[in-house]
Amino acid sequence: MIKCENITKIYRNGDVETVALDNVSFEIEEGEFVSIIGPSGSGKSTLMHILGALDSSTSGKYFLDGHEVSKLNDDQLSELRKDKIGFVFQSFNLLPRATVLRNVELSLLYSDIPSKVRMERSKEALRKAGLEESKFNNLSNQLSGGQMQRVAIARALINNPSIILADEPTGNLDTKTSQIVMDTFRQLNDTGHTIVLITHEMDVATCANRIIHVRDGKIEKDEANKKRNV
Amino acid sequence: MFFTDILKEALWSITGNKVRSSLTILGIVIGIASVIALVAIGQGAQNQIASNIQAIGSNLIIVMPGSQRVGGISQGGGSAQSLTVDDATAIKSQISNVKAVAPSITKRAQITAKGNNTNTQVIGTNLDYPTVRNVAIDLGTFFNDQQIKSSAKVAVIGPTTRDDLFGTSANPVGQTIRISNNDFQVIGVTVAKGGSGFNNQDDVVYVPLTTAQHYISGNNNNYVNNISIAAANQAAMTTVQNQVSDLLLSRHKITDSTQADFSLMNQNDIIATASSITSTFTILLSSIAGISLLVGGIGIMNMMLTTVTERTREIGLRKAVGIKKIYINMQFLAEAVLLTFLGGFIGIIIGWIASLVLSKFVNITAQVSIPSILLAFGVSAAVGIIFGFYPARKASNLSPIEALRYE
Repeated sequence: MIKCENITKIYRNGDVETVALDNVSFEIEEGEFVSIIGPSGSGKSTLMHILGALDSSTSGKYFLDGHEVSKLNDDQLSELRKDKIGFVFQSFNLLPRATVLRNVELSLLYSDIPSKVRMERSKEALRKAGLEESKFNNLSNQLSGGQMQRVAIARALINNPSIILADEPTGNLDTKTSQIVMDTFRQLNDTGHTIVLITHEMDVATCANRIIHVRDGKIEKDEANKKRNV
Repeated sequence: MFFTDILKEALWSITGNKVRSSLTILGIVIGIASVIALVAIGQGAQNQIASNIQAIGSNLIIVMPGSQRVGGISQGGGSAQSLTVDDATAIKSQISNVKAVAPSITKRAQITAKGNNTNTQVIGTNLDYPTVRNVAIDLGTFFNDQQIKSSAKVAVIGPTTRDDLFGTSANPVGQTIRISNNDFQVIGVTVAKGGSGFNNQDDVVYVPLTTAQHYISGNNNNYVNNISIAAANQAAMTTVQNQVSDLLLSRHKITDSTQADFSLMNQNDIIATASSITSTFTILLSSIAGISLLVGGIGIMNMMLTTVTERTREIGLRKAVGIKKIYINMQFLAEAVLLTFLGGFIGIIIGWIASLVLSKFVNITAQVSIPSILLAFGVSAAVGIIFGFYPARKASNLSPIEALRYE
């Protein structure tokens, strides 16, 4: 499913070179629930950007579903993100003033999918993400944090992506709501979705079946999580 | 699907900040409305001037005396006494394709009747004058051959003169008016021709040419102020003009045509000159209006740039969920074009109303033409595309990572 071979990412700022990722290699199989954990500056965000096809590596190869991502151009990357990757962000990133349904169908814009089908698929994704039916036509800024993150998860699910990339999805939520959101991820994983979770909190990371520890641009430890807390 | 999506998204974002959008649209509205109104008034003025000139006569050529020189000092065109009644007779008899020739003497005079008085133009002329100058009789008759031969003291007056002396719509036929201390009997009133100010073709008194020579101009020696010639048709005008020129040169024994003691004016030239003047004014006025359209366009660009900055995160999100660069570009461009289109549409309506209202005040029939509306629409779309291009490009070129991080 995901295969990284010797991924190196170097940021150049004038004469200063910062090595964000140093020769990172790993694989993630279909149906896995993986946490990538590391302190800030460890390179986990860079890794997420590369896994999410938002950024390209300086060297090394990244395969997603058999496509070599490092060889794609801008438009092909957009296409790949649309079809294979679902993002969930820390700050939800919903469109304000837009209804829940509109937010969810965002990535279907400009496609030739008829609006009826879009609506059906959005509703299905929202049900999977666990949002109550009564909220479907609410404006996104009328929702609570937990509800907003479920809308964001539904948005990530709409194209039935190969992987869901969640970047600190509980960072803006209280403990109780975080638990609900993490349960949602659990359930999605149980129904076969591959999930990659980026976090700096061990509590959150331990929801996954496998934890990859990143430090100073290198994989420090890659272990199966035996004491899953949910 | 694609088109409705673009339109829906653009509308959604425009209605997101109604006050800002309306103010931006207002800039375009003012620009388009002023272009529409000013072009309409300009075209109205142009048509009105052309029709006023047409009313002077049809296929008309006017011969005027050259400038008189006193000790080497020019007294200005028309001052010389170089044209005579005989010249007019010669033109009529020797040149083909001439329908009518009317020599005339003009003089301003004080006219009194029944205690009212007015200062107006008295024209002494012959029977051809109504044909040459499109003068029609409303009441009574024009003077006849007999009255010309006998220098009868009869007068045909214009409707404005009639209104001044006898009151609006009165029938003055048979009444007496006093011109330069001589009593004249009014025998007719002409049909109104329009025109205003010092170019009023209705404020006039016509008397027989011979009468004018005897009693009004005070010269008895055959000189006339101008000769009006009607060519048989439009096509013959240039030929007739050249033949008249040659004939008069030989009659006046002048070999060098640059030394001619007369000048010729062709009605078509007058119309062309007048239209070129009015169209210059129209262009001038609409360029000033165009500047406000430019300012409106800069307003659009300003708003779009602000929007792009405000919506950086949203743009980042759109990119992250896989919307292609070109769609983001088109989305913002569509927003700018929609703003200018709305502005253009409202501007056309307001401009139309403004030109109707203005035409009531300035007494010009404004003409809103289809081409000027199409032009306004085209210009507003172009303004949207030109001024929306840079912000849209800026939006579509944002890096999704940077955009998502933007606070």
